[in-house]
Amino acid sequence: MGTNQVLRSVNTELKIMEVCGTHSEVVSKYALRQFYTGRVKLVSGPGCPVCVIASEDIDLIIEYARCGFTIVTFGDLIRIPGTVSSLAVELAHGKSIKVVYSPLDALAMAKDNPSNQVIFVAVGFETTAPLVALTIMKAKKEGIKNFSVLSLHRTMPQILRTLFQTGVNLDGLILPGHVCTITGSKPFEFLARDFGITAVISGFAPEDIMESIEIIRENLHRPSIYIQYKRAVSTSGNMVAQEAIKKVFKPCDALWRAFGLIKDSGLAIKEAWSFFDARKRWPIKPIHHKQALNKKCSCEDIMKGILTPLECPLFRTFCRPESPIGPCMVSSEGSCAIYYKYGG
Amino acid sequence: MDIVLSAHGGGGKLTEELIQEVFLNEFDSDILNEMEDSAVLDIDFNKLAFTTDSYTVKPLFFPGGDIGRLAVCGTINDLLTRGAVPLFLSASFIIEEGFRLYDLKRIASSMARTCREAGVKIVAGDTKVVARGDADGIFINTSGAGYVPFGVNISVKNAKPGDKVIISGTIGDHGMAVLSSREDFTFDPPLESDCAPLVDIVNTLRSFGESVRVLRDPTRAGVAEVLYNISRASGVGIEIYEEKLPVKPQVASACNMLGLDFLQLANEGKLVAVVESSAAAKILEAIKKCKNGREAAIIGTVNDSGQITARTALGTSRILSRPVGELVPRIC
Repeated sequence: MGTNQVLRSVNTELKIMEVCGTHSEVVSKYALRQFYTGRVKLVSGPGCPVCVIASEDIDLIIEYARCGFTIVTFGDLIRIPGTVSSLAVELAHGKSIKVVYSPLDALAMAKDNPSNQVIFVAVGFETTAPLVALTIMKAKKEGIKNFSVLSLHRTMPQILRTLFQTGVNLDGLILPGHVCTITGSKPFEFLARDFGITAVISGFAPEDIMESIEIIRENLHRPSIYIQYKRAVSTSGNMVAQEAIKKVFKPCDALWRAFGLIKDSGLAIKEAWSFFDARKRWPIKPIHHKQALNKKCSCEDIMKGILTPLECPLFRTFCRPESPIGPCMVSSEGSCAIYYKYGG
Repeated sequence: MDIVLSAHGGGGKLTEELIQEVFLNEFDSDILNEMEDSAVLDIDFNKLAFTTDSYTVKPLFFPGGDIGRLAVCGTINDLLTRGAVPLFLSASFIIEEGFRLYDLKRIASSMARTCREAGVKIVAGDTKVVARGDADGIFINTSGAGYVPFGVNISVKNAKPGDKVIISGTIGDHGMAVLSSREDFTFDPPLESDCAPLVDIVNTLRSFGESVRVLRDPTRAGVAEVLYNISRASGVGIEIYEEKLPVKPQVASACNMLGLDFLQLANEGKLVAVVESSAAAKILEAIKKCKNGREAAIIGTVNDSGQITARTALGTSRILSRPVGELVPRIC
């Protein structure tokens, strides 16, 4: 731990990042920032799985839709802007795009419509990957021929490493409880070891988050990974789920909105399952569009915890949920959408 | 935007923008511009209330109701929220070729039953059949007319600082019931739509005269949108007490799981009432005695801040924002 941190803890308000979008929502919904005014500054991190999807990937999905594939995915993704369109707009133009709550529903859809090629677009962190892995196994077992998966899965540890390597200044981290239910606390130990960070794996009730903040305050000088969410999280995590991930997926370099290409930060489908890998089975290239993103959009700095949405010049004026400019305004777990909805 | 998106049908901000841009601009009607639940028309010293609504709910039969019951309740309730006595309905059906006659009969008989329950009569109708694929099963439009008793003036414009906000029962039941039957979620205990005519509650409220200022039924886009409409039309702010909001535990936990806000879910048998503060306790008691009002609660206070805010269980305060697009499509 640096002297810098000790000084901060004595004199100024603490800066704590909650990484997970679900935590961000609880913080805003219960106006916890108001509760901690002057004592703790809570900033949101890169933990919205939909916000971090690069526009190039959205363009790829749109290209699949335009080629006649049935695209099946989770709700938030369909409004995320690519460079020139979004899935919601493609849907209104008559493309086949369906929203489901589970990857198994996508498989069922493929079974019910044998003449359609169904691509399930898999987004999410370690939390959703096991179920997608099981779905792919089930598809193989049942010999479903018209089903494949476009994996846009991202994993949490590497993005946090990148965040600290770029020199973000934080006194503590609130780690995502759902991700850690799967991974356990082990993959996050480097945060304390390499960066001297005190981090707490927290549950999702407001009192869980408040307790986690207290744990950080009490242990500022004892960097470690603490588990507040003990009712769900252990050191080693859910081995069955981890095995499922390992069986079907392998780590791959992945493109993150705001961060760029990060080594080993995504999950690709292993060779043995390549029949179900949309990228391998249907290799198409999206038409290259010049990035049309607004230069004043602050999503990148917001996802890094450098700015809050209120500090973005476009927030509420040009960038609103009905006409979002950056991804953080689209997903219900995005920082800007949360600030817009609850006021901060 | 050069095309209509599904989100334009969500009942929130985008719906309003579409109506404003396309219809209000063209139709140029003072009465329509008021954007009330129904139009109140002066005819020869009498006041006629008139409204219309189309129903596209999917699935057609859901726990606690069906498209027929919904088509009758929705239109009757829009008359009732202006303080009108609903009398007559029209019913138009757009039916897809191949639709089962058995289901059509079930829908008609459900409409008839609901009309008897509410004391209204269907007096005009129309039936069209379109080719397979040109509609999805059946769409129903109903229009309704009634009279507004002498002296009654209930309008979304009438809220005043100090007034109390009452909700007549648990929030979000209809939206979650339709969503869960569509997605095959099951609840224990099971969850049913609240779909019902609000005749008994509104009749109870009549005895409180001008103490009842605003009535609104929080359908598409839910309680949050209604609060926003009241705030804007009356030029007031509203503070909601989060702990006082009545919500079934199944609805609350399903919302949590799916990332939905129950304040934005549709209700089809609930009423938001803004009432004079001094009469609020008595009005609440009266509503609680009604069949569909047992779980009524005072959920907020009108103020002059111009903002909709929620006081949280921690005592902190936050903005309650307006629904934008569409939470769950084809809910009514």
